[in-house]
Amino acid sequence: MKGDKERKAAPDFTLKDADGKTVHLSDYKGKVVLLDFWATWCGPCKIEIPWFMEFEQQYKDKGFAVLGVSMDEDGWSAVKPYLERMKVNYRIVLGNDKVGDQYGGVDSLPTTFLVDRQGRIAATHVGLTGGKEDFKNDISNLLATSRAGVDAPRSGVLAFFHRPN
Amino acid sequence: MLTLLGAASWHSSIAQTSPALSVAPAAPVAIKRGGEADLRLKAEVRPGFHVNSNTPADEFLIPLRLTWPAQPMEAGAVTFPKPQLEKYAFSEKPVSVFSGNFEIVTRFKAPADAQPGAVPVTGKLRFQACNEKECLAPRTIDVRVTFNVQ
Repeated sequence: MKGDKERKAAPDFTLKDADGKTVHLSDYKGKVVLLDFWATWCGPCKIEIPWFMEFEQQYKDKGFAVLGVSMDEDGWSAVKPYLERMKVNYRIVLGNDKVGDQYGGVDSLPTTFLVDRQGRIAATHVGLTGGKEDFKNDISNLLATSRAGVDAPRSGVLAFFHRPN
Repeated sequence: MLTLLGAASWHSSIAQTSPALSVAPAAPVAIKRGGEADLRLKAEVRPGFHVNSNTPADEFLIPLRLTWPAQPMEAGAVTFPKPQLEKYAFSEKPVSVFSGNFEIVTRFKAPADAQPGAVPVTGKLRFQACNEKECLAPRTIDVRVTFNVQ
């Protein structure tokens, strides 16, 4: 996981979830977010999904959320049946090129970012790197971070999420 | 072997890496008017990766597809080699894949009224590559061949 000073703002985005509701990453300000870029055709992504479902269940009341960004080109017609098959319990939005580019060009899937309470990228996992316990430890550490850091930033200037123009 | 840089499917942001599959330039194919000839395409998958076969075992996997325009040559059956059945950690069932080098054969027929000479044809090869740890975005590359109609 990156040190406090190495972390950069997670780019904000506006995407739709399976119910057609608009989702901004900034909606999650103050929470730790596991942001997972994935696709239905991605086998290794399938390994992580049950982990993330468990994390969602275990930590959702502690200021944590999983947000899956599907990069499926066929859209919801491909994604919804998959979510039903896997019984995914966390929110999924449909991604696009722009969001992938904002995150440095997501070259391979899965690519997962852990976003801290201040809206900064604290860890990046490209491909199936690390394991379930690594994610769990990072999430626990991020959740343990005092909310004081969120509510009373030292600089006095806090941009929770960087929203590009 | 020439790497063919093709059009990314739609997510250019996840398709800018070097392709996991390349196709050798096809030698010109001699064909008689009204006759038939086979085009053999030699494909190579980057070491460490596989592409789904033309018959993946899971509905969510993206199959290998080779398509040709209806004209000026009539493309018939496309024949893929026997796929490998590989077991990966992410799949309960073995996955039907191609890796390494393999050949795809397309039977073409020249129209009886075709004009003698060189006839270029461009097909589309769509594939999606993965390894145990990661998957790359589906891609479509152009496959070009010239028929020498006699």
